[in-house]
Amino acid sequence: MATFQLELVSPEKLLLSRQVEMVIVPAFEGEMGILPGHSPMIVALRGGTIRVRENGQETERLFVAGGFAEITPDRVTVLADEATPVADLSRAEAERRIAEAERAYTDAALDTPEKRDAAMAKLLAMRAMRDAAQAA
Amino acid sequence: MPSLKSLRSRINSVKSTRKITQAMKMVAAAKLRRAQAQAEAARPYAERMERMLASLGAAVAGSPDAPKLLVGTGADKVHLLVVVTADRGLAGPFNTNVGRFARNRIRELEAQGKTVKVLSVGRKGAAYLKREFASRFVGEITFAGKKRIGFEDAAEIAARITAMLDAGEFDVCALVYNRFKSVIAQVATEQRLIPAPLPEAAAATASGPVALYEYEPAEDEILAALLPQNLAIQVYRALLESAAGEQGSRMTAMDNATRNAGEMINKLTLNYNRTRQANITKELIEIISGAEAV
Repeated sequence: MATFQLELVSPEKLLLSRQVEMVIVPAFEGEMGILPGHSPMIVALRGGTIRVRENGQETERLFVAGGFAEITPDRVTVLADEATPVADLSRAEAERRIAEAERAYTDAALDTPEKRDAAMAKLLAMRAMRDAAQAA
Repeated sequence: MPSLKSLRSRINSVKSTRKITQAMKMVAAAKLRRAQAQAEAARPYAERMERMLASLGAAVAGSPDAPKLLVGTGADKVHLLVVVTADRGLAGPFNTNVGRFARNRIRELEAQGKTVKVLSVGRKGAAYLKREFASRFVGEITFAGKKRIGFEDAAEIAARITAMLDAGEFDVCALVYNRFKSVIAQVATEQRLIPAPLPEAAAATASGPVALYEYEPAEDEILAALLPQNLAIQVYRALLESAAGEQGSRMTAMDNATRNAGEMINKLTLNYNRTRQANITKELIEIISGAEAV
């Protein structure tokens, strides 16, 4: 089957760079499956799981807390704010960060709408992290 | 002529200094390797970010409501300099280099009638610049006691810069830091952050057939999310380069110090032996001339 180059980078390192058949990313407006030859796009990501398919099987599941993806017909580059393999996620850690994000959201309640939205996005990302940890 | 005892104690003290500088050199070498690896690891993200920003920026730059982080406030009156130095000294000319560069830059800007504000990162630079420019300081950040600089630290600094921009506290923002050219050469550089310098030439050549991206959500929304992230990564990169440069500079400085201490020990030992010999000769002469007199 046709493949394309997938690159997953976080600010601290290059996490993944190889040929894959399909990748599913948690795009801002819903999950998005990308196959080779996709038309060029730049999408923002929300917190969720990136799933990679190779040889007809799902081989990698990584949680990202947000970021961007650049899609061209023969390459997908994901710039993740923070990326962890789903297997390494811990439920307790996620709960702790949800609590943290909830507090930040309450603090931001009286702030500008942009700040509130940012805090909300963070909270949702952390909830997605817990769900991903639970599913793993 | 110094006494034998004082020479001996000087030799000992120089020897223990040499031990310390040698140990510091080893530590710096180990830390340098780690810092370089970290800087290396951050590069792919920064490169891809730049590419994405180039295509986005080209699409949005012309519009009048382009975000402030990209185009600045339009004015050019108040400059914010973010000066990145080390938290520790004993690193050769590392800190003074940035300090001097920043000082010249501040003077130059003020001579042009601009207002300058300084945000210092790292204890040493703060101490250096405060002597002269204490009134321009708007903040100090240090990582003293931190083992390793993480992306969150850079993101925090970026958030602070963004907050100041939103509050209209400055028009132009630039980073001043030591660029890591090689282990023995660090160059004090100024890098503009706001308005964001778009890789214009690259964008212009690439924008032909490639710039046909679709965006989800719309360009301006992505850009609004991408720019703070870009700011953070720029700061992060500067912090890492500066950290690597610091260790490199310390390594060279300590290497020189160790060598100088060695030379000094040789000189002192020679002196010591000579003095000892002179003493023996003197005693012999005294004995012989005493015996002859009898």
